[in-house]
Amino acid sequence: MAVEKLPLPAGRMTRRQLLSMIGTAAGSSVMYQAATSLGFAAESEFKGPPDLSGAPKGTSVLILGAGWAGLVAAYELGKAGYKVQVLEYREKAGGRAWTLRGGDTYTELGGFTQKVGFEKGNYLNPGPWRVPYHHRGVMHYYHELGVKLEPFFQINYNAYVHSKSAFGGKPQRYRHVLADFNGHVAELLAKLGHKGGLDGYVTKEDQEKLLAAMQDWGALDDNYAYTANAETSNRRGFEKDPGGGLSGEPIPSKPIEFSQLLQSGLWRAIGTGSGYEFQTALFQPEGGMDAGPLALAEKVKDKITFNAKVTEIHQDNAGVTVTYVDAKAGGAVKTAKADWCLCTIPASILSQIKKNVSPAMDAAIDALPYEAAFKVGLEFKRRFWEQDEEIYGGITYTDLPISVISYPNSHYGSKGKGVLLGAYPWGPFAYEFAAMAPEERVKKCVEFGAQIHPQYLKEFDNGVAVAWHRVPWTLGCFGSWTEEKRKQHYKDICQIDGRLLLAGEHVSYLPAWQEGAVQSSLDAITRLHQRIIAK
Amino acid sequence: MKNSLLSLGLALLALGAALPASAQRTDAQTSDFADARRFPYQDGEHLYRSICQGCHMPDGKGATGAGTYPALASNANLEAAGYPVHMVVNGQRAMPSFGYLSDDQVSAVVNYVRSHFGNHYSDAVTAQDVKDSRPTR
Repeated sequence: MAVEKLPLPAGRMTRRQLLSMIGTAAGSSVMYQAATSLGFAAESEFKGPPDLSGAPKGTSVLILGAGWAGLVAAYELGKAGYKVQVLEYREKAGGRAWTLRGGDTYTELGGFTQKVGFEKGNYLNPGPWRVPYHHRGVMHYYHELGVKLEPFFQINYNAYVHSKSAFGGKPQRYRHVLADFNGHVAELLAKLGHKGGLDGYVTKEDQEKLLAAMQDWGALDDNYAYTANAETSNRRGFEKDPGGGLSGEPIPSKPIEFSQLLQSGLWRAIGTGSGYEFQTALFQPEGGMDAGPLALAEKVKDKITFNAKVTEIHQDNAGVTVTYVDAKAGGAVKTAKADWCLCTIPASILSQIKKNVSPAMDAAIDALPYEAAFKVGLEFKRRFWEQDEEIYGGITYTDLPISVISYPNSHYGSKGKGVLLGAYPWGPFAYEFAAMAPEERVKKCVEFGAQIHPQYLKEFDNGVAVAWHRVPWTLGCFGSWTEEKRKQHYKDICQIDGRLLLAGEHVSYLPAWQEGAVQSSLDAITRLHQRIIAK
Repeated sequence: MKNSLLSLGLALLALGAALPASAQRTDAQTSDFADARRFPYQDGEHLYRSICQGCHMPDGKGATGAGTYPALASNANLEAAGYPVHMVVNGQRAMPSFGYLSDDQVSAVVNYVRSHFGNHYSDAVTAQDVKDSRPTR
């Protein structure tokens, strides 16, 4: 393997992958795109909840894990007439669809404890934080259960793109970089066309259309030049915005010079929103990402046993017996029995649990390493990003170790405190944050963020930091498939193994997404139901 | 279990100021975060503090939640040097492979772990040993 860990799919590079490979305003976005690229060809095929009619009376299914996958299964199987029981390691439902709020206490592995100091209504989603409209399974349950949604902005034209080594470290508005990059490229292509540089590549007729398109796309003037004028300012914003009366005359803004823009590398960030997973519309549940699974959990609350740490899964001809202990109090070993078992425990944990499964299933479970990822929530005394800089929601991209700053997509204009997502790196930076004590991570994120928003230093109030390798119930962020591993093990991990089958984002082509967990669960229970009624 | 972890955590927090620099390396990390895509550090301790301790903990004692990160401290499995080399290069189960580290880096971090945290193995691993242990392609 090469020195760098860049498992990019060979031979089929899309424009987005190319952009994000070159790009790393989010150096981490490279890792992320690479890690998930094996899944994104497959859009969610959700066609409505499964038809599970004809469930044999009294047939029981034991579900391990009360995240999205386990809860969808409990809800649907329960509705279909199956006898369902859920065991959950934590004291609450939701799994990685998790929200930290003021007053919460979080103890990570190693015993480092953080008490969240956020004001009421403020929160951090340490795991998933956005839902593309085409994640139809998740959207279905939001709608069915009445979970209120609000828009999530992947792209905010007035947020920043930033590099510590460009423009003297001064952040640039996304709008300027996008408009100027497009404008300069359009001008260049138009120049080439006029000098015959496209002859042989494009017919004369097509060249005419192409020139018109470049003029339109790049906001070029009558001479096909990208210059400071009303047209280009309609893209990149004005030096002085149009107003009313005698003082209202607008002043156009001046584009960034092409060479400076190219050398800055800031164009790395402008492809992000073009990705299928990040195209408008995206959503977030009001008040925190745990709203979805918590609404499901409410429907099956009498079926969930919390604080249950699974220690063994045993199956034989008669059924499945799962042994567990109280994760908090310890004490006596307990057992739960059922005819079938749907296990949504992450492979990182499941690989360590004693179980009798086929060698192929065992090998598949053991084959998945879990990725590093890091998030920090920073609460500030006021929403300076709105008040001082007119940034309402969306994301700033940077090549600093924090990778992004994301602004809250709700409660605009509120006078109280506000919480930013102050970092979301993957790869080496995420490992390095994980290796620090939580209060050190927060401190570093404030220092890095202050290079973009100097207000950080004066306005910072408190923060909470989550490094996924230190999360006691996952030991990592998500199962990291490679093309090779998928070929070797994916079918095996999906099989009904005796009386056991698995579900979760690690059993999907949508790794790390909530939709992967939902789709995997629906696929699993549909196949399980078919197996049961075929008997 | 959780309770004992919690009290350990509180104890660590209370001791925070008094911990030796090597336990948390809070100051030295100011210059870290050197590269978004790779770990450029060459020194064994530096590599351990930047990568390994995220899971195996600053004291090498590992940790347990729903699953366990094994202790490297006083770990008899480290006696055969090839074992930790194999682990770092290939990973195991949930542990990712760090095969993208150079032979020198792998040997440095393995030698660090095998001579710290109550481990006293004196047969140092060389870069050549690491090279020889890599899967052939």
